[in-house]
Parts: sequence; structure tokens; C-alpha cells
Amino acid sequence: KMLDDSLEPGWLSEEVKTGTTIIAIEFDGGVVLGSDSRVSAGETVVNRVMNKLSLLHDKIYCALSGSAADAQTIAEMVNYQLDVHSIEVGEDPQVRSAATLVKNISYKYKEELSAHLIVAGWDKRGGGQVYVTLNGLLSRQPFAVGGSGSSYVYGFVDAEYRKAMSKEDCQQFVVNTLSLAMSRDGSSGGVAYLVTIDEKGAEEKCILGNELPTFYDQ
Amino acid sequence: RFGQLSSGSDMAPDWTMKEVSTGTTIMAVEYDGGVVIGADSRTTTGAYIANRVTDKLTPIHDRIFCCRSGSAADTQAIADVVTYQLGFHSIELDEAPLVQTAANLFKASCYRYREELMAGIIVAGWDKRRGGQVYTVPVGGMLVRQPVSVGGSGSTYIYGYMDSNYKPNMTKDQCLRLVSGALSLAMERDGSSGGVVRLAAISETGVDRQVILGNQLPKWSTA
Repeated sequence: KMLDDSLEPGWLSEEVKTGTTIIAIEFDGGVVLGSDSRVSAGETVVNRVMNKLSLLHDKIYCALSGSAADAQTIAEMVNYQLDVHSIEVGEDPQVRSAATLVKNISYKYKEELSAHLIVAGWDKRGGGQVYVTLNGLLSRQPFAVGGSGSSYVYGFVDAEYRKAMSKEDCQQFVVNTLSLAMSRDGSSGGVAYLVTIDEKGAEEKCILGNELPTFYDQ
Repeated sequence: RFGQLSSGSDMAPDWTMKEVSTGTTIMAVEYDGGVVIGADSRTTTGAYIANRVTDKLTPIHDRIFCCRSGSAADTQAIADVVTYQLGFHSIELDEAPLVQTAANLFKASCYRYREELMAGIIVAGWDKRRGGQVYTVPVGGMLVRQPVSVGGSGSTYIYGYMDSNYKPNMTKDQCLRLVSGALSLAMERDGSSGGVVRLAAISETGVDRQVILGNQLPKWSTA
């Protein structure tokens, strides 16, 4: 689309998407989640500081990608369902339960929805866990990437990931990955949000654009 | 697409209905004194691998090669045309042609016939005026010189790896390791790329070709 023939700005008619790069990684004792902050409607950036790491429970977060409306709605529904569930069982829910609730919605409505959520957190039974729920499947992985920006960093994460990384290594890994993806993917950008979850709780952090690591030709 | 066990009609095989394409990952890097180029070796017609040992690094002249991605027929035809044009030009000039000339010949064909063609080509080589050079002519027919260039369907997966691992002024061996590492990562993730890794190092002294077989490729901890 080279010339815009209509008199209306694109963002009035284009769907709002979290173009996105999201990533989650397990370490011994917890998880680190990361995301960019760009929300686009066509070519316009309608929100440059959106936090795509959404709370599902005290020590369980999810990372949103795809259609912003779909992803947010799924996260809100699961947040409610988890609250009810954790009252019923009388303790903190398992990460696997949260992921299963997300998967149930994603699978049942897979034709109507276009959102992918990565669920990650800490529970006392399994420690740090990361689950992917793409297209309605449920799979636990040591780390996961998602969103449009993830394509550009598959090679990087495959090469750089090592088993048994420390919490600080994981945080650096997430920040490096986000920075590389944000510089290549037009739908990802802004600031980087990080959430580190362990037995003690969840710690949120925001890294501004000019504080992100730079690589060749940046 | 993702996670499907089978697709399409089960009556006629998938590959009878699909065009032959070099799905591909291709890459070229400049170093002081020459260039290193590399490619995977998979050619597909739909889901069938028509050739698992394809040579996508095609000589255009003594010290100029091209890396082909996209439609196998289109890229072979363009390469044949440019090889003829460049050979003729070199005889007229009575000296070795410039890499920039070869690149512009590719651009001329790819741009003029842009609507009919599906070809992404990286031109790389050595000449005595500017040493090692890499020029990329992606789909659409633009031309730009870059110190490092990746192309083909598998290239999207290695932008991050390349951005973080490439540094200016690398040696020939560092470039060979970067290219073979990047190609093996892309081949692991891209269904249209695979087979063996073909490498070539082009410099003033000539062309040094090698093949890295599947079991000799660099391994990463997730594999």
C-alpha cells in the first residue's frame, strides 16, 4: 500500500493488534517473562507503552500477543476463573491450572480468536514453569518466544540458551532477545517490560528504549 | 499450519500441484580480502523435497558467485542470462569484471520483470578495485551493498543471531564459523531449508568450496 487514498486515518478502520515480541524462560526457582510495549492499528502505533505482561494470580503471569482485544479478554476471564478456583482449593493455584484454563478458551474458540498467550509462574509443587498455548495446544517448555518479532530471534535463542542458567543470566537473555527483535520487527518496539517470579513473589521492571543493549549497526 | 498432522487433498500428492521453489536460507559476509558465502541444499515442490543436495551457490564468473532463493526456475534463468552478459562484457573489457557490474546486471533483469519473477538473489565476489563485496537484490529488484546479507525463507529466524554475532573486520575463519552457525540454526527452524551446508570463500587467490554434512553441523543445546 503505497499511497493512502482515503481521507480517514488508518487507525480508525484497522484492527488493533499487539504486533509484539514476548518471551518467557524457566530458571531453578522461578521464571522471567519479557515483552515489548507496542500496540499497532495498521501502520499507526496507538499505544507505545502498553504492558503486555498481565497478572493471572500472585505468582502467575501471562504474556499477550496477537489481537489486543482477544488477548486481554482471555487474560481477564482466566484471572477471574483462577480467583474462584484458588478459593475453592484453599491455596495458590498451580501454573499448570492457569495454563489449562487459557488453553480451554483458546481451543474452544480457536476459529474466532487470534491471540497467543504464554503462561509462566511459580508454584510450590513444580517450581518455575513456562507453558505455551498456541492455537489451543498446551505444552511445557524450558523457554518460549511468541509474537511477530519472535521469528527474527529463533536463531539467537537457539544458539544462546543453555540449561541451568541463573536468574540474572535469564534476565539478561530476555533483555537481549527483546532488544534484537524490537530492532528488526516493525510491529515491536517501545520499552521492555520484565517480570521475575519466584517463591517470594513477582517483581516488575521497565527498561526504557535508550537503556536497552545495542548490537551491530544500532 | 502449525501442528497439523496432514493437510490438503489426500487423492493427489501435494507435490504434483506445487511449483518448485528453493525454500532456502542463503547468506554472504564480507571480510578484509574477500567474501564468504553459504546456503542450505533443499529444493521443495510443496511438501516433497525434490533435491536434498542442491547447489544454490552458482558461479557467474571466476571470482563472482550468486546465492539463489525463490523460484528455482526463475533464479536459474536469470543466472544464465547474467553469466552470458557478464562473460561478453569481460571479453570486451579484456579484464575481470567488477562485482558491482554483476550485481547491476541482476538488478536490471529482476526489476524489469519484477511482476513475473519470484527471485531473491545475493551477489558476492572479489575484484581488484574494491576487494570483497556483497550486494543483495531481493524480490522487487532493489540493489544495495551490505557487509552482511541473509536471504530466503529461513533468513527471518537468524536476523537476531546475525545482529548479535557479526562484528566488523572479522577474519575469514570467523566468517566461516558465523555463516555455518547461522545456516544450521535456520535449517533447524525452517521447514523449507535443510540438507547440507555449502560454503565458498572467494578471494584474490580463487574460490575455496566446502560442504558440511548434516551430522557435522554445529550443535546447540536445544537440539
